[in-house]
Amino acid sequence: FLGAGGGNDIQWCFSQVKGAVDDDVAEADIISTVEFNHSGELLATGDKGGRVVIFQQEQENKTQSHSRGEYNVYSTFQSHEPEFDYLKSLEIEEKINKIRWLPQKNAAQFLLSTNDKTIKLWKISERDKRPEGYNLKEEDGRYRDPTTVTTLRVPVFRPMDLMVEASPRRIFANAHTYHINSISINSDYETYLSADDLRINLWHLEITDRSFNIVDIKPANMEELTEVITAAEFHPNSCSTFVYSSSKGTIRLCDMRASALCDRHSKLFEEPEDPSNRSFFSEIISSISDVKFSHSGRYMMTRDYLSVKIWDLNMENRPVETYQVHEYLRSKLCSLYENDCIFDKFECCWNGSDRQVEFFSLIVMTGSYNNFFRMFDRNTKRDVTLEASRENNKPRTVLKPRKVCASGKRKKDEISVDSLDFNKKILHTAWHPKENIIAVATTNNLYIFQDKMN
Amino acid sequence: QDTQEKDKSIPPERAEEAKLKAKYPNLGQKPGGSDFLMKRLQKGQKYFDSGDYNMAKAKMKNKQLPSAGPDKNLVTGDHIPTPQDLPQRKSSLVTSKLAG
Repeated sequence: FLGAGGGNDIQWCFSQVKGAVDDDVAEADIISTVEFNHSGELLATGDKGGRVVIFQQEQENKTQSHSRGEYNVYSTFQSHEPEFDYLKSLEIEEKINKIRWLPQKNAAQFLLSTNDKTIKLWKISERDKRPEGYNLKEEDGRYRDPTTVTTLRVPVFRPMDLMVEASPRRIFANAHTYHINSISINSDYETYLSADDLRINLWHLEITDRSFNIVDIKPANMEELTEVITAAEFHPNSCSTFVYSSSKGTIRLCDMRASALCDRHSKLFEEPEDPSNRSFFSEIISSISDVKFSHSGRYMMTRDYLSVKIWDLNMENRPVETYQVHEYLRSKLCSLYENDCIFDKFECCWNGSDRQVEFFSLIVMTGSYNNFFRMFDRNTKRDVTLEASRENNKPRTVLKPRKVCASGKRKKDEISVDSLDFNKKILHTAWHPKENIIAVATTNNLYIFQDKMN
Repeated sequence: QDTQEKDKSIPPERAEEAKLKAKYPNLGQKPGGSDFLMKRLQKGQKYFDSGDYNMAKAKMKNKQLPSAGPDKNLVTGDHIPTPQDLPQRKSSLVTSKLAG
C-alpha cells in the first residue's frame, strides 16, 4: 500500500469526475460532505439538497493491472428534507452536514447522516433474488382463488437484477437546540456523539427517544457567550475519550468516566498567542473547523483558517507540527472578511492505513481555494499543491503541482494571489482507508484521484 | 516567505485590520467575539408573526397585497408575510447530478 515515501513520492493521477459540467450550480448540488466506508469499497457524498449518493468500487479487473477499480453509482436517496419549526420560526436546512459509516457487521451497510437538527441511521441493503411460485398469489401479486388450487408447491428464490435499497432505520431527533456540526461513532460501535454549537450529546444506536448530554457550554447569560463548539470526535481506541474544538482555537479532551457531564476537560490544548500579533482577525482565523485523530490515537490534527496543526495528546501547550496551507492569504484578510470567505470551514484528513500504528499516519490532506488542495508529508516535510480541474482529466497522467505566487514577479505557470478564484473552494476531501485513492469535492463535482501504479 | 517587503514593521494581519477599520470605522471593538457567534447561533431564523400578519392584512384590505420583497428574511410589520415567504417542503425529489 503506502510506499516508503510520503506525499511527494505519491504521483497522483486523475481517475474520475462526477457531477454536472455546467458552471451554473444549483444550491442543492453543492457537496457538503464526503466519506469512505471502513473498507473503502463505498464512497458517500451528501449535498445541500439533503441527498446522499453512494458510489461503489468495481471489483478489480485482473487484466487491468494499471488501475484500481472505478467508482460507480450504487445508491442514491433523499436523506433529509427542509423543515420549518413554526414554534421557533426557524428554517431547518436539509443540507447534510456529516455522514459517518458504521463498520460492517452483516450483509447490509449502515451510515449515519445528519443535518442541522436530526440524525438518521440508514440501512443500505442489496436484493438480488426474489421468491417465486406462491400458491395463493400470481406473479403479479393478484390473489388466486383458493378453490382453483389443485396442487401445492414450495416457493423458491430466483435471481433478479440487483436492487439497492436505502431505508431509514432510526431517527434521532429533538435533541439539539443549536446546529449540529459533528457526529462521531464510538469505538464500542454501540454509541455515538453529536455536537452542536453549545452542546454534545451521547446516543445509543438502538435508542432514539433518549440521549445523554455530556458537554454543555451554554452560559447562563447569553451575553457572556464567547466561544462555541466547532467539531468533536471520539478517540479511535478509547471508548470513554473524546475531543471537541472551539471557535477560539482550543481543543478539549474529555473522559466520560470522570463525570456524567464533561464540562470540565481532562486536557486543554491551546497554543499560546503572541500578543504583538493580535488583530481583529486573530480569533476568527484561529477558529478550528475540523479535528481528526490519527490512526493510533496518539496524535490529532486540527484545521484552522490558514493552517493545519498536529498535536501530541501528551502535550497540551503547543502543537508538535504546524503546516501552512495558504499563508499568502494573511495579507488578504480584509477582503476575505468582506466576502465572508474568512468563515469558510475547511476539513482535513489523514492518509489511509490499515494499521493502527502511528508510523502510518504520515500525510495530511486539506483543501484551499481555486480548486487547489494541499498535501503535507510529515516525514520529509515536503508539501504539494494540486488542482481538481476537468482540464487535467487524462487518466494516468500525473497531476502537475501548482504554485501560488504571493508577491513579486510571477513565474510562468504560477498563479498570483489576486487571480485565485475564491468561489472555487475545496472544503471536503477524503482518503481511502487502505489505498492511495482520494476523493476531492469541488463545489458541485466529485473528483477521484489514484496514485500511478507501475 | 518574505511577502511584506514594503512594511516590515507592520505584520500583515495588522495592516489588513487597519484597512478594515478604515472602511468600517464603526466596527465593534471586540475582535471576533460574540457578534459573529450570535449570528451563527441564529442561522435559519425567520420571522413570522400571526398578529403581524392579521394586522397588516386588515390595513391592506383595500390595497393590493404586496409580494414578497427580495429579502425574504425580514417579514415583520407592514409587510404581510405570506406562506410563500416560508420555505416549502420540496415535493418533487430531483436526483443528484452526481448520480447522473
